Amino acid sequence: MNFDDTPQEAEFRATARAWIGANAPRQYEQELRKSSLGRTVLKNADILEVAKAWQKKKADAGWACLHWPKEYGGRGASPIERVIWSQEEGPFGQLSRMFIIGHGMCGPTMMAFAREEHKRTYLPPLASGEKVWCQLFSEPAGGSDVAGLRTRAEKDGDDWIINGQKIWTSGAHYSDYGILLTRTDPTVPKHKGLTMFFLDMKSPGVEVRPIKQASGAFDFNEVYFTNVRIPDHQRLGEVGDGWNVSLTTLMNERSAIGAAVSTGFPELFEYCSSLMLDDGPAIEDRAVRSKLANWAVKASGLKYTSMRAISALSKGERPGPENSIGKLVAGSMIQDVATYALDLQGASGVVSGEDAELAGRFQAMLLRAPGTRVEGGTDEIMRNIIAERVLGLPGDIRVDKDVPFNKIPTKGR
Amino acid sequence: MNFDFSDDQKQLRDQARKFLTEKCSPKAVRVVLDGKAPYDKELWKGLAEMGFLGVAIPEEFGGAGAGHLELCVIAEEMGRANAPVPFSSTVYLAAEALLIAGSDAQRKKWLPAIASGEAIGTLALFEGKGNPSPKNVKLTAANGVLNGVKKPVADGAIADFAVVAARNGSSGRDSDISLFLVDLKAGGVEVKSLTNLDPTRGQAEITFEDTKAEPLGAAGEGWSILTQVLDRAAVLCAFEQVGGSDRALEMGRDYALDRIAFGRQIGSFQAVKHMLADMYVSATLARSNSYYGAWALSTNAAELPEAAAAARISATQAFQHCAKNNIQVHGGMGFTWEFDCHMYYRRANAMALGLGSLSYWEDQLIDRMRKKNAA
Repeated sequence: MNFDDTPQEAEFRATARAWIGANAPRQYEQELRKSSLGRTVLKNADILEVAKAWQKKKADAGWACLHWPKEYGGRGASPIERVIWSQEEGPFGQLSRMFIIGHGMCGPTMMAFAREEHKRTYLPPLASGEKVWCQLFSEPAGGSDVAGLRTRAEKDGDDWIINGQKIWTSGAHYSDYGILLTRTDPTVPKHKGLTMFFLDMKSPGVEVRPIKQASGAFDFNEVYFTNVRIPDHQRLGEVGDGWNVSLTTLMNERSAIGAAVSTGFPELFEYCSSLMLDDGPAIEDRAVRSKLANWAVKASGLKYTSMRAISALSKGERPGPENSIGKLVAGSMIQDVATYALDLQGASGVVSGEDAELAGRFQAMLLRAPGTRVEGGTDEIMRNIIAERVLGLPGDIRVDKDVPFNKIPTKGR
Repeated sequence: MNFDFSDDQKQLRDQARKFLTEKCSPKAVRVVLDGKAPYDKELWKGLAEMGFLGVAIPEEFGGAGAGHLELCVIAEEMGRANAPVPFSSTVYLAAEALLIAGSDAQRKKWLPAIASGEAIGTLALFEGKGNPSPKNVKLTAANGVLNGVKKPVADGAIADFAVVAARNGSSGRDSDISLFLVDLKAGGVEVKSLTNLDPTRGQAEITFEDTKAEPLGAAGEGWSILTQVLDRAAVLCAFEQVGGSDRALEMGRDYALDRIAFGRQIGSFQAVKHMLADMYVSATLARSNSYYGAWALSTNAAELPEAAAAARISATQAFQHCAKNNIQVHGGMGFTWEFDCHMYYRRANAMALGLGSLSYWEDQLIDRMRKKNAA
């Protein structure tokens, strides 16, 4: 048991570190280090532009999408090298946030199902950040129940005509392309009538409407499709096989190993270390210490769980299912951490923004936190996944499983 | 990075699991649970023959000289099997104290006897309510004899010797405390068995009255040695707790698959599934924290105090969580003497207190994290 790099890994780390040292946008380092959930902002620059410039610079030097094959814009690096890169990239990794969906989900889906000429055309600019991609799965009638989606695709000659509505589409407002899951046959049970496509987001008939979140920010969108034409050669997988194709996408979403999940703990520990309460330093208060200790072991538990997965990668093994707990634990934890940080501030905790304690760091965290427990699979869906795929418990009884889709009752959003 | 046990260590784990599955069935545990024996003597002998008791004891003292990672592996299996033997008091506490502070003569006398299963050892620290703290040590040492009462002492009624924390000063500093070694079979002590939450591991009250004792380690160094011993034991106990958590989770999972109610497996209800998923989360966090503790223990890293406290808290919480919800999954049957669920519930809650309670370790963890940040 050790934390040492192999000679090969050490060499890779040194090369990566040297390149990052010479090329990273250092002028933003302090601001990126201070960012936390709900608050990643650069005062004097547009973060999207800074992110795109950094991504392009990386791509030109062969440091983008490390694990992708070289011909598609990657580096052909091993999984462990990808992890080492992200460790070395440190705070600058925050700039990759706008590319996560494209690189983590759309790219792998394209790689598995697109035609060769499409892969060569679309993947390199996706890797370099010149083109941004989004993922169009969720709908008002199908969130956790993705297979309940209603957006229709109907064949018209060599094209498909798309009509319907997507929702919760991260980054659709700045995306160039998207992968789109549609219903091509409503007369068969819901999982069987789906088909996947990719499309140009500038296609006529695509309308993006940003959603104002409960936090006041705009990360997600509604996307409306009115008679949008997609050529059949942009279909991914067989007609009716969209559910299986989407599983490839979702698996990739959940296998982002080594990706640091924010728990809010380092921020809270730092805060409590200097905070004075009425009776003395917060860090010497028994109740505060007990709370901190409980969160500390969750944060360290997640960190070392991730290291166990990385070790498996380093040995060329497939990591076990342990990593599936990350989002579930971190999501509710960061919400609790933020709530507690405000509790420690007393009545003044109500003030948010620049006039607040730490310029409103924990207030922003609190308001953004509910989203982390919903996006990319709700806490409840994550528990189902652990129960079914890790512990081998039976799936829930699905009353709509064998019913033709157009006979399933629906309501709510 | 290789943050995992080696193939040899995993093989040792398989070997230990196989051995314990055969020799330490729930039926065997129940013999001790029902008070028909103070501990499982046959199992203890078998553990010695397998080399498990001395796995981390150097060869020159009759052990296998393997190391602490190997001991962690065995500890996990002991917890899984709920083994009714004085393993933690003898191996994690007494043997570790001897390894850290024992004179050559003391090690030569006791360590080979531990490895061969001839001697059971324990640590006599607590004196009634309260957590590990120099001020809670009232038993006095003067002129080579001890006077006072220790309670509870794990496995005190079956132990051959004890490492005893005693006071030989009243300056209010840690240096008031020294450690002593007492041969409990040499007379001069009165031992009384206590009923306790987990009858598969006994607890006792030991009264020392002008009892002859030899110093263990330098005078005034007692508290510093004890702190090290407790940290090391915290990691090793955490592995027992991880093993117990996994077993309780498996029992719950198996029952949820087996039991039919409302015309379906109860494991298909989300209320049950989510409870089991949360148990898996706790057990996984505990395992990962314990691995870090194992690394720190085996390399004697500067991170050990912090790692030990984190492993202790995480594993204690996980075992308590898994053990109580295992009963919940079982419903009424889980609350019967006949089902094995309560054995893990008892063990989980007893272990949560044995080295000092959760609140004590929480306090320790924060102190240690602050020290690291300051350094």
